[in-house]
Amino acid sequence: MLGLTKRDTALFAIVVAMVVFAPFILNPFPAASPMAQFNAGYPDLMQRFLIFGIFAIGFNILFGLTGYLSFGHAAFLGTGSYAGVWMFKLLSMNVLPAIVIAVVVAGLFSVLIGYISLRRSGIYFSILTLAFAQMSYALAYSVLTPITNGETGLQLSLNDPRILDGAAAADGSLPVPNFFGIEMRSSTELYFGGWEFTLNAGYYLCAVFMIAAFYVSIRIFRSPFGMMLRAVKSNQQRMNYTGLNSRPYTLAAFVISGMFAGLAGGLLVAMDPLAGAERMQWTRSGEVVLMTILGGMGTLIGPVLGAGLIKYLENILSKINDSILHQWFSLFPDGLSDFLVFIVHPFIGKGWNLTLGLVFMLVVIFLPGGLVQGGQKIAALFRRRKPDQPVSVKHPAE
Amino acid sequence: MESFILQILNGLDKGAAYALIALGLTLIFGTLGVVNFAHGALFMLGAFCAVTLNRLLQVSHVVLDETKTDFLGNPRKIEVPYIQDWLGETMGAAIIDWSVPLSIIVTIPVMILIGVIMERGLIKHFYKRPHADQILVTFGLAIVLQEIIKAFFGANPIPTAAPQMFAGSFDFGVLLGFDPFTVFYPYWRLIYFMFSMIVIGAVFAFLQFTTFGMVVRAGMADRETVGLLGINIDRKFTIMFGIAAAVAGLAGVMYTPIVSPNYHMGMDFLVLSFVVVVVGGMGSLPGAVLAGFLLGILQSFASMSVVIEAIPGINQVIIYLVAMVILLVRPRGLMGRKGVMED
Amino acid sequence: MTRSNFTRRGLLRTGAATGAGLALPTIFTGSAWSAAHSGYTNAPEGGTVTLGFNVPQTGAYADEGADELRAFQLAVEHLNGEGDGGMLQTFSEKNLDGTGILGKKVEFVTGDTATNTDTARSSARSMIEKDGVIMISGGSSSGVAVGVQALCQEAGLIFMAGLTHSNDTTGKDRRANGFRHFFNTEMSGRALAPILEANYGKDRKAYHLTADYTWGWSQEKSMRTYTEAMGWETVNTVLTPVGAGDFSSYITPVAQSGADVLILNHYGGDMVNSLTQAVQFGLKDMQANGKDFTIVVPLYSELMARGAGANIKGIFGSQNWDWKLENEKGDRYKGTNAFVQSFGTKYGFPPSQAAQTCYVQALLYADAVTRGKSFNPCSVAEALEGFEFDGMGNGPTLYRADDHQCFKDVVVVKGKEEPENEFDLVEIVDITPRDTATYPVDHPDFQGGSLGTCNPGA
Repeated sequence: MLGLTKRDTALFAIVVAMVVFAPFILNPFPAASPMAQFNAGYPDLMQRFLIFGIFAIGFNILFGLTGYLSFGHAAFLGTGSYAGVWMFKLLSMNVLPAIVIAVVVAGLFSVLIGYISLRRSGIYFSILTLAFAQMSYALAYSVLTPITNGETGLQLSLNDPRILDGAAAADGSLPVPNFFGIEMRSSTELYFGGWEFTLNAGYYLCAVFMIAAFYVSIRIFRSPFGMMLRAVKSNQQRMNYTGLNSRPYTLAAFVISGMFAGLAGGLLVAMDPLAGAERMQWTRSGEVVLMTILGGMGTLIGPVLGAGLIKYLENILSKINDSILHQWFSLFPDGLSDFLVFIVHPFIGKGWNLTLGLVFMLVVIFLPGGLVQGGQKIAALFRRRKPDQPVSVKHPAE
Repeated sequence: MESFILQILNGLDKGAAYALIALGLTLIFGTLGVVNFAHGALFMLGAFCAVTLNRLLQVSHVVLDETKTDFLGNPRKIEVPYIQDWLGETMGAAIIDWSVPLSIIVTIPVMILIGVIMERGLIKHFYKRPHADQILVTFGLAIVLQEIIKAFFGANPIPTAAPQMFAGSFDFGVLLGFDPFTVFYPYWRLIYFMFSMIVIGAVFAFLQFTTFGMVVRAGMADRETVGLLGINIDRKFTIMFGIAAAVAGLAGVMYTPIVSPNYHMGMDFLVLSFVVVVVGGMGSLPGAVLAGFLLGILQSFASMSVVIEAIPGINQVIIYLVAMVILLVRPRGLMGRKGVMED
Repeated sequence: MTRSNFTRRGLLRTGAATGAGLALPTIFTGSAWSAAHSGYTNAPEGGTVTLGFNVPQTGAYADEGADELRAFQLAVEHLNGEGDGGMLQTFSEKNLDGTGILGKKVEFVTGDTATNTDTARSSARSMIEKDGVIMISGGSSSGVAVGVQALCQEAGLIFMAGLTHSNDTTGKDRRANGFRHFFNTEMSGRALAPILEANYGKDRKAYHLTADYTWGWSQEKSMRTYTEAMGWETVNTVLTPVGAGDFSSYITPVAQSGADVLILNHYGGDMVNSLTQAVQFGLKDMQANGKDFTIVVPLYSELMARGAGANIKGIFGSQNWDWKLENEKGDRYKGTNAFVQSFGTKYGFPPSQAAQTCYVQALLYADAVTRGKSFNPCSVAEALEGFEFDGMGNGPTLYRADDHQCFKDVVVVKGKEEPENEFDLVEIVDITPRDTATYPVDHPDFQGGSLGTCNPGA
């Protein structure tokens, strides 16, 4: 189906189903229960899952297939965001032009950086991309303020021209990003017993793009072009000796992943029309590297899982504070509950980074292939119970 | 002319810090082939060794002074460090004053121990793993280390002063015939520069003139062959990791009076030190030192207001710009060898 | 079936009722942030109301954020009738009686801004969408404050700014739903200039080192305007990268520049480092143009003074409030001691100016809701606009309707030469009266934006 093998079709179908029903899957606890703290089914976080999923999928096309480790991809996300906001300011609050221009601008920027950086390989390539990204960040933060609005971040204002629909600002409040009239923040809420589910317009727009991105990624992985990229990873020298110039292929992969990053940046501002320079900082580039490795580099689904896990930890853990802890442990006797709060305290709230660091270490020590490998190990456990079937250690997603 | 001399001094001073960190990073990479993202954290841990010793020396007992009140109207609590009880007030105060230089003695064994534990406990298992895995696990470790420090010491910078006698500046311009207050430089920064030269010299001498150093150098060149010759190269490499950690730690200790240490100072230096290492050439120790000083001096010159006015923003991007140019012109950095880290 | 409350923890009570409804799903369409029947976003239902405190818990301003959070917790306790009531007893309005807000018990959620606009907005959105907060307060950086203020405007919430000192928050980027109690760089300039003139004379040459971002530029501009007006010459202004750590290459040219005053437009860790290094380079002991070289730091907090240690001695700066105000300057600053007493008893040290502004903002919000008898942000905004109050530690204060900026006395401070304890690092030099600190609405530094209209969200 759709030009995919049976196995890929199954994977694709699962991803589509997960994305479509995420608002239900991610809110497993009734709104009233104390466990509702762990619900992730609210628009902001769900949108982030998808957007950073797209970012990581794109990054994986470069890193997972060719092995070129870029430390500067946040720069493309950032330029995409700035381009998107400028579109809102100058043209229209419709998200479509903003997203398109974000992809185009990020693509052009990645052609430039890719062309220069790809002259080197290995860690030299990484440092070149890092240098470009850090320069972009430093300039966006200071010298380029007329374009980027510096530290405050580029945002909408009542005085923007907005050629196509300037009238939106007539009632004195800021206009809202929309998709041909559908506001990105509008939602339908479902109440089902004690459960609440929010179906958000912006989320489903992201979902369409994310599913498309995932599909493109499968097709690239399975195409001759993808094979060529894998050849670059396994032995670029041999490839060169056979008379093949690998540079156009790596550059194409670099630009594609840059455009995915631009798409993510465009979607970010479509959901929340503000672009800040911090988006381009090296730690953000590092974040997408970590997402990809954490999920399983070179696998199709891995980057999405990695992005989800990191964003979940960031958003859910950082919001738990001591009074919530006390509530959880209120069932226990006083001394014990205080002790439990004392034990858990360093890992939540402002200490969520500590948890993140530990998760990185644990995953990479025990699951070198990332979360995908974890899934395979579990699957293998079940399979082993049936004597006839041999244990498959092949990467199902590859 | 005066400002030129001063900027060179600034550059040498910055460069000294870059060179020390990059030296340790290159040692680890050159000997073990490990990309260590936790190296900045080792620098930070060194600085906090000084902070910890300073705090320990100031462990105090509380004396209530009934004649005065605190801000809520209760009797004022006055803290008297135990060390002043034991050694007398002047001696105790002098020891607290000298806590930063004193912590060098403590830092070397502590950092070697931390380095060895890190290598044996974690890094050892990652020699054969891809660089990506090494990056992830050491990055995770760096985050964990800095969060632990934050939990104990808070997020704000902690001022840790140099001994009183080194406060202020040395007006050596007068000696050279300049007007007073034209060419002068803080004592402590001059000490930092000299200290770094001694450490760098010691590391080179150690590698050059000892049997141990010879084996390590041989291992850096061809690990497999050295192993085949029946030499336990792993043990040597563990010690090398400890030494690299100590070098980073010493850089951190001596840096505390210059920039008040905080928990994220390691991350701030991490990217920069990688750039320095790559510009110098992966695996080249002289390259790392050379690139450290070169980038330090260039950064200082780019920060002069004349230069900033000519090219706005140059002070913030100069290091990356230079790194790019050098990598494009000299593919393996200033002194890199062929075939390192290009797979 | 009742439409359930957004506050999760307040829901244990309503949960049982909704659970009985079972299988029939209710569908409610509209903006995620609005409740159609109440007419505004996140209208509180049931017996509780949730406030969102969005402060930096990680990053460079984490300690300031921690102090803000302490103040918010104290404010919530006092609003709910716990503790000793703090400033509720001294506040000129007597509407708050310790029964929460409009009879609803106050609950709160916290978030981490990480001193990063993106993170701050994400955290604020999750408070709005997940926790159903009715007001957001906090922030310890102007960029974050401006970003979150704009978000609250779009979502239809009230934003009570915490520590944000840039002119833009109530200037270029002001919003109808946003209110700032803290002062700004314009007021710092107005307050500092006369003191600098009295102490250092009219014939001075100033050299500015400025943090290269919005707040730094704003601070530099205000300082230049007012120092140049009294006859000082500006020799040079140099922008320094934020978080540079080592400022030596920016400090060394100062001695040769012919300047005799160094103005450090730095904040937080940058200020601690640049000041410490300037002193190390001997600038404080130097002679230039036949005068003693001096350093000025237009804005610094107690936390920064603690970081700079002995280097802060004798250095002038401005503050929004100081915990010694009532003791030293008398009854005009009533409320100060009440707040210091309850804060100090609970936490063991005196509050910072960041804590005070956040505490006052929380109380002012509660009072405005009570006076307007509604949580509707437009009603709250109306109650706050042009509101004149007293007894909150700053003396008589006005929330100006035109730009939602508070006008009150500004404190000019100096690093104390002989501090008696670790909390007593600054001394109050002078108070600039409110009339002097007040600037006209059409001040050129505050142009380029407009409040727009109040947005209730629905």
